[in-house]
Amino acid sequence: MQEKVILNGEDFRRALTRIAHEVVERNKGGQEVVFVGLLTRGVPLAQRLARNIRELEGIEVPVGVLDIGLYRDDIPLGPPPQVRHTYIPGDITGKAVVLVDDVLYTGRSIRAAMDALMDYGRPRSIQLAVLVDRGHRELPVRPDYVGKNVPTSRDEEVIVRLTEVDGRDEVAIRKKEAP
Amino acid sequence: MTWHHHHVLDLDDFSREEIEAVLETASAMKEVLTRPVPKVHTLRGKRVFSLFYEPSTRTRASFELAAKTLSAEVVGITAQVSSVVKGESLLDTIKTLEALGADAIVLRHPEAGAPYLAARYCRASIVNAGDGAHAHPTQALLDIFSLRQRLGDLEGLKVVIVGDILHSRVARSNIWGLKALGARVVLSGPPTLLPMSFADAYAGVEVEWDLERALEGAGAVIALRLQWERQQDLIPSLEEYVAFYQLNAQRLSRARPGAPILHPGPVNEGVEIDPEVARGPQSLIDEQVTNGVAVRMALLYLLLGGAHE
Amino acid sequence: MSDLILISGGRLMDPGQGLDGVRDILVGKGRVLWIGHGPPPQEPEKVLQGRGLVVSPGFVDLHCHLREPGQEEKETMASGTLAACRGGFTTVCAMPNTRPPVDSPPLVEFLKDKASREGLVRVLPVGALTRGRAGKELVEMEAMARAGAVAFSDDGHPTGSRIMRQALEFSRYLGLPVMDHCEDPEIAQEGQVNEGVVSLRLGLRGMPSQAEEAAVARDVAVAGLTGGHVHIHHVSSQGSLEHIRRGKEKGVKVTCEATPHHLTLTEDSLLAPIPYDTNLKVNPPLRSEQERKALAQALREGLIDAVATDHAPHSLVDKLVEFSRAGPGMSNLETALGSLMALVHRGELDLLTLVARLTVGPARILGKELGSLKVGWPADVVIFDPDREWTVDPQALASRGKNTPLAGEKLKGKVMATLVGGKAAYLDPSLKLEVPESRKAKI
Repeated sequence: MQEKVILNGEDFRRALTRIAHEVVERNKGGQEVVFVGLLTRGVPLAQRLARNIRELEGIEVPVGVLDIGLYRDDIPLGPPPQVRHTYIPGDITGKAVVLVDDVLYTGRSIRAAMDALMDYGRPRSIQLAVLVDRGHRELPVRPDYVGKNVPTSRDEEVIVRLTEVDGRDEVAIRKKEAP
Repeated sequence: MTWHHHHVLDLDDFSREEIEAVLETASAMKEVLTRPVPKVHTLRGKRVFSLFYEPSTRTRASFELAAKTLSAEVVGITAQVSSVVKGESLLDTIKTLEALGADAIVLRHPEAGAPYLAARYCRASIVNAGDGAHAHPTQALLDIFSLRQRLGDLEGLKVVIVGDILHSRVARSNIWGLKALGARVVLSGPPTLLPMSFADAYAGVEVEWDLERALEGAGAVIALRLQWERQQDLIPSLEEYVAFYQLNAQRLSRARPGAPILHPGPVNEGVEIDPEVARGPQSLIDEQVTNGVAVRMALLYLLLGGAHE
Repeated sequence: MSDLILISGGRLMDPGQGLDGVRDILVGKGRVLWIGHGPPPQEPEKVLQGRGLVVSPGFVDLHCHLREPGQEEKETMASGTLAACRGGFTTVCAMPNTRPPVDSPPLVEFLKDKASREGLVRVLPVGALTRGRAGKELVEMEAMARAGAVAFSDDGHPTGSRIMRQALEFSRYLGLPVMDHCEDPEIAQEGQVNEGVVSLRLGLRGMPSQAEEAAVARDVAVAGLTGGHVHIHHVSSQGSLEHIRRGKEKGVKVTCEATPHHLTLTEDSLLAPIPYDTNLKVNPPLRSEQERKALAQALREGLIDAVATDHAPHSLVDKLVEFSRAGPGMSNLETALGSLMALVHRGELDLLTLVARLTVGPARILGKELGSLKVGWPADVVIFDPDREWTVDPQALASRGKNTPLAGEKLKGKVMATLVGGKAAYLDPSLKLEVPESRKAKI
């Protein structure tokens, strides 16, 4: 299937630098921020954001890993989805938790992630950073930080590749294969 | 992830991949248990009945806690105080629970094969919590999980199971599970409680009546409970059993240093295991209990967490 | 009304007469009238087309539980004998472990009477060996024999040595066999299955074959001591066969039977495809493949004199329970031939020998003029198709006992017609009793 690349490595770098600035600005320096990346690709993105902030401000922002398997509401027929480890660094009560994910679509994953976070404590605020917002929300979820807005149709899929996972950075769109 | 079971009856039909899926999921579940509020609503709306025809503290509490941690509805039935006393058959009871909307039934029964009967005639998932001397798959899985957490890969590990093997469902299920993961299983115990035919019945399993020889270089030891009521005709005396088969520090020194000790509980301290060993640094007995909840959560999740029509 | 029936063109296999070849056979007034080729001495009123089929004497079952009186929920005279004739059995020996047990002359009369009114095949009563089957007091063997008992057995319960000796002394005098369910209870220890690798894996208490062998050895010794005739029920192990062989060699009057399931099934079925299937629970238990092969070989040689079904129908209540609580036994009158034909099809047994073990073998043990189609003998005939395939459907069985482990199995060998005393007791829908052309013209 024909893929159309809409973001490349340079775009990534610029977007993540900008987002890091925005996070720091919005959260008055970033001392109380905790990044929580959604497995799988939200995690390397969160780590990159933390690295950017370290270079910018010299502060260490903790990075957590969140598996939403136990909280999903869109389970397909068949065996349940694999659950993997969640690791939340320290107590999140009173902190500004920034959820990080690669693509924001219906908003259901983020709803599940928020439910999960609530089981760990009472954050002062939960914010959302995504690399790509492709629209078609089904729940009232809105991102605070967006790398790029990419309008798509429902018969397209958005493919995100990261160096840490796939060997290169790029975002591509292609039509969904006929079943 | 590989998972094809509607029931958990024994580990003899679990592939290595399926056991790995349980262990991985149990690991994630163990993390849930460490939270300040250890509860997730994953199995909200699911109904889990525990139907116990034999007494139990740890297994039953463990299952019910596992189900509740996942927010399932849990109802426990003790056969001695139920209609079973009035003569209700196993299948009738199962059908009643099914009519009450059971998604899963955790069954412990004194007759081997009872869960297989239930599974044939019931749409709910049957989880075997022990059937006579035949199988106790969740105990074996939590034993294996405990070993995996402490030692990592179990491939080639020499695991000694010692005690009344003949009547032990824990031993039988562990044999299947450990072999599937590539461990080397050695059974030990008095000859009347460990016929040599075990070596024929299970491919690759060794029988060694001399416990000290069995423990040479062992990487882990599972001690089984001596059930005096069942064994009176088969061993001359408790003292003799203790003299030759008790797991104590001196015997344990023949095993690899730091080899973990497991026991399904309840422990007869001073009988099958010396109290010092039971409470010593190599003992995983307490962790087994925590791990039991995590493993049972994992199984309930794998059985009930998917969508059904 | 006993028609003159001609069964034409079938392969007549009658080992009791040494016959095996295409023959026509004419029956009338309940007897065999003529066997031969070409036009029969009398004109038949009806004709059965036997071409491509085997025609043999009706099978004789030495061991069958009809459950009347007292356990009619499991089987009745009517349902049991219907099952028998569908299975090709024209004579069955009814076991006495009923409620009450058949342990006195009036009860023998009762059974004979019920059989004559409701039975579709010949039912020969076997008397209990001891009063109430309690193993303590011998029954009135002579009186019961006069009332019609053809043998004595406490089947299901083992027999003590004192009783066995007494019974065999009488047996010698009466000329009737004492049949024994050979099981030493102190060795058997209430085992549920065969003691071995399978019982170990299943976590079920097993009973070793030696529990049977010890009792067989005792029976052979006491039969030798007394000169009586002991018949060993449902032999299941090589060790037992060895004792029987030595007894026969020494001239002891010992005979034995084996069941279709012990000849064709093994304990491995308990592991898969349906673990703990209570339909496989039977006493003596199914054993290893090695034992099964030895039984088949002994059947071939004639060391095992007869096949006997041990047809044991049970209701669902008895079988849909935990394995150790399930009643032992299989419903197998209707599947006996089909399952045994597997031995023939794979070369373990030849067809003529199988027919012999189902006909003349058992008949000789009873000492009756049955099991062969000699002219003048009762016209008990079975016509079967050794190659016809059919699938076992428990719900379609005539027996009230649906407890067969062969549900859904495809068997190759089917009874097409059964005549008892010259009357068609069972006819497969594809066979018709036709009016011969010559008669049609006259009508």
